[in-house]
Amino acid sequence: MARSISYREAINEALDQEMARDPRVVVFGEDNVGGTGSPGEMDAWGGVLGVTKGLYGKHPGRVMDTPISESAFIGAAIGAATGGLRPVAELMFIDFMGVCFDQIFNQAAKFRYMFGGKAVTPVVIRTMWGAGLRAAAQHSQSLLPVFTHIPGLKVAAPSNPYDAKGLLIAAIRDDDPVIFAEHKMLYEMTGEVPEESYVIPFGEANLVREGADVTIVAIGRMVNTATEAAAELAGAGIEAEIIDPRTTSPLDLDTILESVENTGRLVVVDESNPRCSLASDIGASVAQEAFGSLRAPIQLVTGPHTPVPFADSLEDLFIPDAQKVINAVKTAVEWKK
Amino acid sequence: MADERIQKVTMPKWGLSMKTGKVIEWFVAEGDTIVKGDDLADIETEKIAGTLESPREGLLRRIVAETGVELPVGATLAVVAPSDVADEEIESVVAEALAQLASGELGGDDEPAPRIAEIDGRSISYITLGEADGDPVVLVHGFGGDKNSWLFVQQPLSESHTVHALDLPGHGQSGKDVGDGSLDTLASTVLGFLDEVGAGRAHLVGHSLGGAVVAAVAARAPDRVASLTLLAPAGFGQDADAEYLRGFAAASSRRELKPLLGRLFADESQVTRQLVDDLLKYKRLDGVAEALRVLLGTLLDGDRQAIDTPALLAGVPAPVIVVWGGADRILPVPEGVKLSRVDAGHMLHMEAAGDVLRHIQSAVG
Repeated sequence: MARSISYREAINEALDQEMARDPRVVVFGEDNVGGTGSPGEMDAWGGVLGVTKGLYGKHPGRVMDTPISESAFIGAAIGAATGGLRPVAELMFIDFMGVCFDQIFNQAAKFRYMFGGKAVTPVVIRTMWGAGLRAAAQHSQSLLPVFTHIPGLKVAAPSNPYDAKGLLIAAIRDDDPVIFAEHKMLYEMTGEVPEESYVIPFGEANLVREGADVTIVAIGRMVNTATEAAAELAGAGIEAEIIDPRTTSPLDLDTILESVENTGRLVVVDESNPRCSLASDIGASVAQEAFGSLRAPIQLVTGPHTPVPFADSLEDLFIPDAQKVINAVKTAVEWKK
Repeated sequence: MADERIQKVTMPKWGLSMKTGKVIEWFVAEGDTIVKGDDLADIETEKIAGTLESPREGLLRRIVAETGVELPVGATLAVVAPSDVADEEIESVVAEALAQLASGELGGDDEPAPRIAEIDGRSISYITLGEADGDPVVLVHGFGGDKNSWLFVQQPLSESHTVHALDLPGHGQSGKDVGDGSLDTLASTVLGFLDEVGAGRAHLVGHSLGGAVVAAVAARAPDRVASLTLLAPAGFGQDADAEYLRGFAAASSRRELKPLLGRLFADESQVTRQLVDDLLKYKRLDGVAEALRVLLGTLLDGDRQAIDTPALLAGVPAPVIVVWGGADRILPVPEGVKLSRVDAGHMLHMEAAGDVLRHIQSAVG
């Protein structure tokens, strides 16, 4: 039975159900319980934004607080995964991943290949991404392109509660390392989510909206921005098809290509910085594979090539909004050769 | 107090989740005389488009709902009244209806919620509409379907009967364990359900696999069955689109599933984005893939149908009617069987709901 719950609750429920189903699943990170080693209440935090709250009581001994040392506990998670557990480690902000790139890029992502397929690394690294929280340049980046670039990693970026639960369960059951990127501006979003467990396969895009005039590919929070833009465009007689890839690695390019073959126009909306981004990658792939179908230049709507600004007004300008998407769509639709 | 000869046509509720709908096109005009069953309008919901057949008869005095405007379930679409009812009275009924719409009190959450019965150790989800005495009607869906597939049928039937629609094991919101998945196991579930709802006897209506299931119920417990209505039932003849059945069970993505679903309908435009999404959401649930795999073994022997439904019906005293969509591509219309054809594909109770409803009504009285 589906009922309406938040993105945060959907993630919590996925962790809870997988811990109940599989004793190998363990959860840890900074303040994932909250209170270890100090007097007072245990389970005080449940992570910095409360996503893991309540799991400690249900699964004692399997939810742990870690020291503020990402390189140590991400390394521990990867080691535990190769040793037979299925750890879900929370690395608070994706911006902090830099201190454990060796563990992630050079160890976790490589084991399956360098040990001839004999080693699997079923680790999930949950992390928050994206701008909008007034958290300045070191807590607001996207960085999904960095992880998408590395063969051996899988990258999921759910845009709604239903996808968050199904993709996280898929991530936990997957034998490869997964970067599970939770957009920090979506935790309060609510939507219908089944109570039962379910798996959304990686590499299967969601067709969010059907339309014949333009294909909009949008990632994470930008799916909502694209939906807002599409509603306004419909009023102007332009029907946009919206595709949410859900996972950037693997990427469901087939669904995107099929759509572009119908619409002849592509707009990619991604809040990452523009250089070597998801937008440029998807744009290049479509140009290569479906050039003959294109009736207008591919439009990319991204943040500018700057750090995310701290001033509210500048941060708002940095993040692609519905008006920028509408402008890009109109540029594509009105294009004359 | 308004003249009681003034009758309203309201936005129907097609299925549990329907909250609003839009009139896409009116087929009648003010001043037309309409009879029950006339096509009044095409209505589109988030999930499905369908034709509203008139639940009223008389002179169509006013069309209230403009096309393309989203309206809640229960909103007044049109007003029917004899010609001698004064225009002012019609206007006051329309004004009242518009005030009710503006108040936002329509489309509230007074809808019946699905209930759960524990049968043979499985949780079976069902929904009951109607409160009439007498033998109830039980609707049993087909392979991969669920109780919501009766969206066009259950509500109108509930005006004269208590109507239960259940999710078979492995389907909808029921438990996903199907055991051996045999027809006997599925029939036990339906018999257990009759006990659960206190029905000594019931009118059984089954679609596709559900048709074979209700036939098996009648074979096992003939005294529990008041009538059987079989809609494109499994087990008549051996032909079947085995590729569809296996493909449906195996498909895990929109790109695999959507082309297959087109084969269910005569008019493939019935396969909306939402229909595909809903089926994918069902198929992703833990246990569903295994349930469908097991049930395939009940339906198919190689590429042929494995069930023999006429054999099950041989000793059944209850009246049996068989209805088939003339354009069925999943289970082709069998030769030499007494049946009624309707203009539809395999999903006849969705595609030709009005005709199917009349056949069911003729069976259940």
